[in-house]
Amino acid sequence: MSSITLTVNSKPHTIDVDPATPLLYVLSDDLALRGPKFGCGLGQCGACTVIVKGRAMRSCVTPVSAVSGAEVTTLEGLGTIERPHPIQKAFIDEEAAQCGFCLSGVILTAKALLDQNPKASGAEIQQAMSTVLCRCFTNVRMLRAIKRYQAGGVR
Amino acid sequence: MTPDARNAFERAGFSRRDFLKASGVLVVSFGAASALPLAGAQGPFDTRASHIDPRRLDSWIAIGADGKVTAYTGKCDLGQGMFTAQTQLVAEELSVPLSAVRLIQCDTDVCPDQGTTSGSQSTPTNFNDRNLALAAATAREALLGLAATRLGVNRDQLLLDAGVISVKSDRSKRVAYGELLSGKAFNLQLDPQAKRKPAGEWKVLGQSVPRLDMVSMATGQFEFVHNVRVPGMLHGVVVRPPEAGATLTAVDENSVRGLPGFVKVVTRKNFVGVVAEKPWQARQAAQKLQVQWTPGRGLPAQRDLYDFLRKQPSRDAYVVNSKDVDDRLSKAGSVVKATYLHPYQMHGSMGTSCAVADVQGSKATVWSPTQSAYPTRSGVAMLLGVPADNVRVVFVRGAGCYGINGADTVSYDAALLSQAVGKPVRVQLSRQDEMAWENYGFPYVIDQRVGLDANGTIVAWDCESWNASLGGRPGTNTPGNVVTGMLAGFSPAPFAPRAATEPGGFNNGSNAAPSYVTGRVGGTAGGAGIVASERVLTHTVASPFFTGPLRSPSRLQNTFAHECLIDEIAAQVKADPVDYRMRHLSDQRLKHVIVEAARAANWQPRPSPKPGASRTGLASGRGMACVVYEGDNGYVAIVADVSVNTATGKVTAQHLYVAQDCGPVSNPDGMRNQLEGGALQGLSRALGEEVTWDDQKVTSIDWRTYHSLMLGDDMPTIESVLIDRHDTEATGAGETAITVIAAAVGNAIFDATGIRIRQIPFTPARVKAALAMA
Repeated sequence: MSSITLTVNSKPHTIDVDPATPLLYVLSDDLALRGPKFGCGLGQCGACTVIVKGRAMRSCVTPVSAVSGAEVTTLEGLGTIERPHPIQKAFIDEEAAQCGFCLSGVILTAKALLDQNPKASGAEIQQAMSTVLCRCFTNVRMLRAIKRYQAGGVR
Repeated sequence: MTPDARNAFERAGFSRRDFLKASGVLVVSFGAASALPLAGAQGPFDTRASHIDPRRLDSWIAIGADGKVTAYTGKCDLGQGMFTAQTQLVAEELSVPLSAVRLIQCDTDVCPDQGTTSGSQSTPTNFNDRNLALAAATAREALLGLAATRLGVNRDQLLLDAGVISVKSDRSKRVAYGELLSGKAFNLQLDPQAKRKPAGEWKVLGQSVPRLDMVSMATGQFEFVHNVRVPGMLHGVVVRPPEAGATLTAVDENSVRGLPGFVKVVTRKNFVGVVAEKPWQARQAAQKLQVQWTPGRGLPAQRDLYDFLRKQPSRDAYVVNSKDVDDRLSKAGSVVKATYLHPYQMHGSMGTSCAVADVQGSKATVWSPTQSAYPTRSGVAMLLGVPADNVRVVFVRGAGCYGINGADTVSYDAALLSQAVGKPVRVQLSRQDEMAWENYGFPYVIDQRVGLDANGTIVAWDCESWNASLGGRPGTNTPGNVVTGMLAGFSPAPFAPRAATEPGGFNNGSNAAPSYVTGRVGGTAGGAGIVASERVLTHTVASPFFTGPLRSPSRLQNTFAHECLIDEIAAQVKADPVDYRMRHLSDQRLKHVIVEAARAANWQPRPSPKPGASRTGLASGRGMACVVYEGDNGYVAIVADVSVNTATGKVTAQHLYVAQDCGPVSNPDGMRNQLEGGALQGLSRALGEEVTWDDQKVTSIDWRTYHSLMLGDDMPTIESVLIDRHDTEATGAGETAITVIAAAVGNAIFDATGIRIRQIPFTPARVKAALAMA
């Protein structure tokens, strides 16, 4: 066990934890966040995605020690129920979910891409989403929501 | 039932009568209705007498003194939008805003027993003239009656709006729902005379109300079962056998004692689990735990699966048998024969299954994503050896399920571990444990022979299939139908070979019979078609793997075979596939959706394959398929435009056009969402999904080894045509599109290339090999 400090959604936390613990476990268990999800634990499906230094990161295969001192953003760090972030709003407007379990990874992966590359082409968006899974197959709506966000909330 | 299971069943408080009933052998004629025992009143879903009497209005609807409506349902939201749709239903019938309705789903302490949320039955069950819909209508009529008395006018003088009843001629004379009951119970029975509001007058139901959970899901606030946290909760990880059929020989607890957070190793026959203070600690301990198992029992070679199915002892059934099929076939001008193959596939839920259980002495609470709250209550009671009445199952949504994923089994896992440590335990399965041990969708071999007359009209249809089955939903008394129950010592439902008997009536619930036959049994024709010489024989054999009702179970596999074969026949007689279908159908609603799908797709009549069909370059084609889901539970037709890269064998769907008639539509956008998701999930299953194994164990255990389409893959556009009929009952809509997509894609591949592929999935390798063989 060792003491690790990290900032999650702008709030600093110091936790006493095995430094090999995957970040996802710390976020879900120690910090009781609901955004990041355990989908596979293998970095294959995207459900656990968080944003660190502007990049989408798979928290299920990232030891918490690797983000010591870093700023981590989860889905609940973007916006609130009252004031959702524009990308959350785009998904809400498109009703782009069924069970919703994949939503955190889908939204954060897309946001990280479009923050880096606001004019990403359709092919670049597909590339970024190529290892993100939605088993309810809300694919069409989700891609529409991503493009709606990219277009500034309109389509 | 084994003696052990029988004892556990009786310990759980079930009587011999319940046992016989659950075994399906009880035939009792009750006397006066008033003497009817409660369990007998619970329709086909009853698990045992619940303290929630479904005949009582108060079991379904409560009105608070503040006028807020609480509704209790036994049908839950699995991501299909049933929470929102049921809220709409209650709001509509009671004329209150959506925000005034609080819906409680599948909590066995307070909700009526509606069995399992499955089989596209939630809409037919709760949105027609029974159950939740009848309760809401009864409540409205009761409130009107109370208001008429209170306001001193006839009820036809009253007006309902937003939870307030007023006198039409003098709106100042009014009373709110909350004042009428002052928070008290109705003390009424459901009234079969209470009329639903006509669909033409709906204001909330029938509208594309946004999902009530959408904002909380998109902002990361929604509580999944994975987020349930109970004070003092520990974490469990299960250790499954390394090979199918392996049994436990030894566990060395010393291998993990002293690890950080370690609490206990739990064994029960072949069930092994580890409990620790934190989830990562439990996972580490489970990995380090030294466990000895016997070798597995061995598995049939995957490449021989379909021959294996044909050779096993089987349980047989005729769905229909006109007894003239062999004769008609022998006299037919020509006979088209083909065999279709469908593999085991898995639910492969996005999140691995999770549950939290708190077992304290003889009482237990389980927070579970199960689709079967009451049956899970029974199963947990049997596993724990406590009365079912002492177990409370509270449904909390998990990841989308599509049938029976690990939801039931993980509920058992959590219960067993919690009982062993006397504290609440949360279990979330690993990806491998989820995928290697879930109840897979059935594999199928389907042989068909169809006779044609000189005009190319079908005169006889013979269909014979083999599928494999083991376990399934645990129901009331068979926890061994899922892996945890089996490991803990309960047997799966026994398999007994049986010769086919003649059907008592035409039941096409599994779509075993094609749409084109008359379905004539005992003088009544229940089918959708005109082919009167008809025989459908099914063989079910024992499966080496657990199986269960994966979305559109059997319906999808059967429809793939039927709807591809009708296309083969149309091609042989050089007929347009749409026209040819229409020639052999009698059902007007099915014909209507075919016409609508063809219209949406701008279908040009011509035979397949298309002129200039190509086995080189990028070939493109179109295919159609249709079905009456479950014979009477939704009408759907689809047209798929696909391209085939003949160099790589990769199939890509470009456009899908789906027309659907499911009676009155509760939420059009919700239905479109289901239809789109179903079509694409079906596409993923058609193009890549297949459970794989070696000689001892399943090898498709993650997203690299089980091939699902991902969000970045090329996806078709989807145009959906909803036929919103107000003059019929509401049917299910969640399993329609998925049932027809594989056939439509197979037919489109044929249209594009002239190559017929009769085996799912249409992987690039299989398509390429078929092209090379041609």
